[in-house]
Amino acid sequence: MRVRELVIIGGGPAGLSAAVEAKKLGVEDVLIIDRESEPGGILKQCIHTGFGLHVFKEELTGPEYAERFIAEAQERGIEIMLDTMVIELTDDRRILAVNSRDGLVELKARAVILAMGCRERTRGAINIPGFRPSGIFTAGTAQYFINIEGYMPGKEVVILGSGDVGLIMARHLTLEGAKVKCVAEIMPYSNGLTRNIVQCLQDFNIPLLLNHTVVNIHGKKRVEGVTIAEVDLNRKPRMETARYVSCDTLLLSVGLIPENELSRMAKVQIDEVTGGPVVDQSMQTTIEGIFACGNVLHVHDVVDLVTIEARVAARGAADFLKQKKKRIRPATVPVIPGEGLRYVLPQRIDLDGALEETQNFFMRSVKPMDRGRLLIQSDRGVVMSKNLKFIRPSEMISIKVKREILQQNNCLKISLCEGSENGD
Amino acid sequence: MIKEHKVTCIVCPAGCEIIARVRKNSIIEIRGNRCKKGVDYARNEVIEPRRVLTTTVRLENGHFLPVKTAKPIPRELIFKAIKELKEVRVKVPVKMGEVVHQNVAGSNVDVVSTRSWRK
Repeated sequence: MRVRELVIIGGGPAGLSAAVEAKKLGVEDVLIIDRESEPGGILKQCIHTGFGLHVFKEELTGPEYAERFIAEAQERGIEIMLDTMVIELTDDRRILAVNSRDGLVELKARAVILAMGCRERTRGAINIPGFRPSGIFTAGTAQYFINIEGYMPGKEVVILGSGDVGLIMARHLTLEGAKVKCVAEIMPYSNGLTRNIVQCLQDFNIPLLLNHTVVNIHGKKRVEGVTIAEVDLNRKPRMETARYVSCDTLLLSVGLIPENELSRMAKVQIDEVTGGPVVDQSMQTTIEGIFACGNVLHVHDVVDLVTIEARVAARGAADFLKQKKKRIRPATVPVIPGEGLRYVLPQRIDLDGALEETQNFFMRSVKPMDRGRLLIQSDRGVVMSKNLKFIRPSEMISIKVKREILQQNNCLKISLCEGSENGD
Repeated sequence: MIKEHKVTCIVCPAGCEIIARVRKNSIIEIRGNRCKKGVDYARNEVIEPRRVLTTTVRLENGHFLPVKTAKPIPRELIFKAIKELKEVRVKVPVKMGEVVHQNVAGSNVDVVSTRSWRK
């Protein structure tokens, strides 16, 4: 069995960014394993703009963002094993992969970075009744068909879910000649970025129906239409408002799930809310030497933040590889989400690990708020607070916390209350 | 005659609802913006909204190449541009950033490849 220094599973934005950074930090042997025939992950099919504003200070398309990292990975001599599927990962970092050239490939990695990304929720996940005709796609699959394969998935389209992928697809289908009848959103607000609602829906007069969902799918061989209805405050359909909308295609943009089958196999602890591993400030999971970054860890709204997170994971892995002796069970400070927040990341701070002067925490609110007050509490009371504006569940909140605060408390709870102190 | 345009600003997450009042193609009032950037955004949106167009064109090898307009083009030219680009065939190899079609829809803006393709 070959021993490799750092193996990164997944060659999308997270894996590529982590590989380049690890190499920069002096890790000599870096291997990326990817199941597709080209690196770049989902960016390959995200041909629209909006990527790179933080990392490159310019607005790029997905393929351009990917190509910059692919080129740098090649220049730095990073090996990318393509068309290869990792089928097993153990907690002592043995990796079993398959491809049609070498058959079974068995490796032992001194450190692993998980960068497998996420996948889309499907019709089965949201239980829409009705027949099972053709013409029902997840938004990302439709995007793949159009941008990579060059096929149009349909002519008259209803989109369920107003996440960014759904909004982008509403515009793209319209540009390519389809009629998008409406975008239905079960929540009272869109889960997409404001800019996408303007550029993708308002530009083309596509109606966004908030508090609406699809309650039935019609058609036996091919979708012929859907029934949509308003929902009440408990998000239950009010059937008296049901109406029929004819269409030949239904796109689903109803959420993404981090893809953690391998992480579970390696006994990595999974956070039930994020659907990804529990990590410390170096993005190390609960299994020593296994790190995680990108959408496998939690679903991001902007790729730039994936790159930034991947760099942290790479630094964590590089430090781990330099470490001489094995560490005994580290002392950790748990960081938990309180009222108003869905999750906080990292979920714990390893006090024996490297701590920067300030530590970044990422979190998502449970609902939109024009103003909110973020409170960090320990058993000694409130240790830090900050007023925030224009809070949206779709836009990740990031705050910096001083090292001393982390060192002086045994547990931190971060919560978000609506409104602000002093009315400012 | 005075026309009122409602514009949602996309410069920052605040998403101000800006009202721009226009008389004979000149703006007489802009309100609802919470910062100066909103004024410029609303002005462009009302006078001539522009967008970067992204789509795919055919490669001669049968695959599809993602492309974009090198600069934003007037929004009203977008469908004309798409139609024109359907006819374009690009030879491989092609490099990211290479011009694959000039002056799309008479906009004086070129269309460039957004990825490289070797063969």
